[in-house]
Amino acid sequence: MAGTGKAHLRNSPDVLLRVEDLTVEFPVGRTGLKVNAVSGISLDVLRGETLGLVGESGCGKSTTGRAIMQLRRPEGGSVVFEGNELTKMTLAEMREARTRMQMIFQDPISSLNPRRKVRDIVMEPLTIWKRGSNAERATKVDALLSEVGIDPDRAAESQPHQFSGGQCQRISIARSLVLDPTLIICDEPVSALDVSVQAQVLNLLEDLKAKHGLTLIFIAHDLAVVKNISDRIAVMYLGKICEVAPSDGLYQQPAHHYTKVLLDSIPVPDPEVALHKVAIEGEPPSPVLPPPGCRFNPRCPAADDRCRSEEPQLREIGAGHFVACHHPLVGGESPVSVRTTADA
Amino acid sequence: MSIGSTTNITQAALRDVQGPLLELTDVRTHFRTPRGLVRAVDGVSFTLERGRSLGIVGESGSGKTILSRSIMGLLPSKGTERSGSIKFAGTEVGNKSRKEMRHIWGKEMAMIFQDPMTSLNPLMRIGDQIAEPLRLHLGMSKADAAATARRLLQDVRIPEPDRRLAQYPHEMSGGMRQRVMIAIAMACGPTALFADEPTTALDVTVQAQILDLLGEQRRERNMSLVLVTHDLGVVAGHTDEIAVMYGGKLVEKAPTKRLFAAMKMPYTEGLLASIPKLEDQSHSRLNVIPGRPPDLVNPPKGCRFAPRCPYASARCNEEEPPLTATQDDPNHSYACWYPVGSPEYHEARARINASAGVN
Ligand SMILES: Nc1ncnc2c1ncn2[C@@H]1O[C@H](COP(=O)(O)OP(=O)(O)O)[C@@H](O)[C@H]1O
Ligand SMILES: Nc1ncnc2c1ncn2[C@@H]1O[C@H](COP(=O)(O)OP(=O)(O)O)[C@@H](O)[C@H]1O
Ligand code: SF4
Ligand code: SF4
Ligand SMILES: [Mg+2]
Ligand SMILES: [Mg+2]
Repeated sequence: MAGTGKAHLRNSPDVLLRVEDLTVEFPVGRTGLKVNAVSGISLDVLRGETLGLVGESGCGKSTTGRAIMQLRRPEGGSVVFEGNELTKMTLAEMREARTRMQMIFQDPISSLNPRRKVRDIVMEPLTIWKRGSNAERATKVDALLSEVGIDPDRAAESQPHQFSGGQCQRISIARSLVLDPTLIICDEPVSALDVSVQAQVLNLLEDLKAKHGLTLIFIAHDLAVVKNISDRIAVMYLGKICEVAPSDGLYQQPAHHYTKVLLDSIPVPDPEVALHKVAIEGEPPSPVLPPPGCRFNPRCPAADDRCRSEEPQLREIGAGHFVACHHPLVGGESPVSVRTTADA
Repeated sequence: MSIGSTTNITQAALRDVQGPLLELTDVRTHFRTPRGLVRAVDGVSFTLERGRSLGIVGESGSGKTILSRSIMGLLPSKGTERSGSIKFAGTEVGNKSRKEMRHIWGKEMAMIFQDPMTSLNPLMRIGDQIAEPLRLHLGMSKADAAATARRLLQDVRIPEPDRRLAQYPHEMSGGMRQRVMIAIAMACGPTALFADEPTTALDVTVQAQILDLLGEQRRERNMSLVLVTHDLGVVAGHTDEIAVMYGGKLVEKAPTKRLFAAMKMPYTEGLLASIPKLEDQSHSRLNVIPGRPPDLVNPPKGCRFAPRCPYASARCNEEEPPLTATQDDPNHSYACWYPVGSPEYHEARARINASAGVN
């Protein structure tokens, strides 16, 4: 099956997570059809790096996160975390691995057990894994709660619904840290928050990352948010990766037509800046029968016959900057015969 | 149902009347709760001219939704205390019952919400949901209503309108459903549309499309638009004026360009600084407003923003700053003792920078 290429994968001892040809499909009833949620994507994350994953709803970001965690076993591909292949692990091995990789979600209120006290919710993973004495657990949980800005005494007395959305997200973050993970997959953690709370949570994640030596995958649909927190960004569209670049480079020189659309859609908080005429019409097509060739072709202003038949492969067009497009905005036309150069 | 009975405001009359479309004077909406009185809207006054667009901006819990609902007359009947005056096209509507307001909904004022699913009937086809108010409020025949429904879907740029008319809400994406809500809101040709966080749940790409659509409908129909949001970025390019709310009060109001060029309230400044800017380097630290909005049962004495304001001094904790117009622009007002740009503001900033080790 044609992937989108692996030219962007790095050969470094610092690779913490390496995903290759990840494929996730969901059957559509008994029709024999399937949702092509994630179609052979590859990505890697270095230790201490933050990888941003950005794209419109339905492009497969959450599915990618869940498949990395093996919360949904992928139909194909490999996921290597800390040198171990996760897709071949038994359930017990995977449970153990999941203590070092955690996931936080967009809707913090519904991802916290509504009937338990917040302090117990944060402590629960320690209890399950029988880590430390009761006193050690309590000390650790209270320290983490204070670190994320939640009063431990209040947390001991209150249930999640007694906290605001932003506070619940802080609580989820504290819980995700309690087993000392190396990787945290943040699935739209700020998309449901006010801009003021979003800023607080973004700063908090940066601080925690530095303090706890974390590696992050940060998923969102707003490139301005993703750019703020990420070192490197992968842009997804309909189950494929279209562009990978360092955050600043992606903004300075977007190469993929879809990346440009995402950038132009962000509202500029300045009335003197002329509004872009609507950056794009319509919404992504169904991933059940994705368009042949480049999946973006039905919405792309530069699409031609080649785009409708030949799938573009990721290729390097600048330092660390990769694009899967036949006619990118920068970096020149793709060569007629494409060969990927990864796995050297 | 009869339309335009003498006790109602008729559309023709509304369109002729001179003066502002909306005039609010000291509007208060309080809720009696077991915890005490929630001062959700606490003395808001402003006017909105016909055909203009107003952004109402503030964090969650600042009273934006309750203010819009107070104007629409869409408030819970139990435990609600209202005072002040709300004039719509010269007629007092602040004291009208829900039943009386029903004549005004749709034809004069319409509202769309963040989650279209809460206002759409999941068991009814889209076409019927649009046609219903047309038959009810405008007395259209079945055939006319169906034709108008189709045209409305085209107006809101829904492709393949015939196929969509026969669909149910769950068969559509969030963006499509919001377009349908706009079509329903437009059905009876309202004079004012209240859009409460209409794009907050949507992707940025779809948000841009919906905001453009709202702007276009407003211009074509010469309708007033009240756009409620927590994001100053959303209103910057899509409104004529902005009202900033904090803790149930209006704390700054100005024409949009003026607000961004010369904002006075430290709160407005904080909201703007919270937005990640694309042109900033990645990992730029965001300037946050510390803490959280006040408890509206026991709001702080003095300036309600004082506990979070970096420039607050003793007076702010004691005396409440009144909403006052700036000297050079009567349309720009703010409620702050030491506004952005004042000598005290600069002194406070110098102090903050010195303690942070910045010169
Ligand atoms: N459990 C599931 N069953 C069927 N389809 C699913 C399931 N989960 C996700 N999908 C579909 O897979 C695609 C990708 O979804 P998702 O990963 O949630 O996207 P994103 O997080 O980018 O919004 C969408 O078309 C979605 O409808
Ligand atoms: N029916 C109600 N009873 C009691 N308090 C309410 C009710 N509705 C809203 N509130 C409170 O009023 C305040 C303002 O709410 P709202 O207008 O929804 O804020 P915003 O729209 O700015 O987020 C909040 O503190 C909210 O909890
Ligand atoms: S490959 Fe073709 S259709 Fe796809 S983004 Fe590039 S130009 Fe557009
Ligand atoms: S009155 Fe004082 S506390 Fe309130 S915003 Fe102005 S400077 Fe800050
Ligand atoms: Mg998702
Ligand atoms: Mg609201």
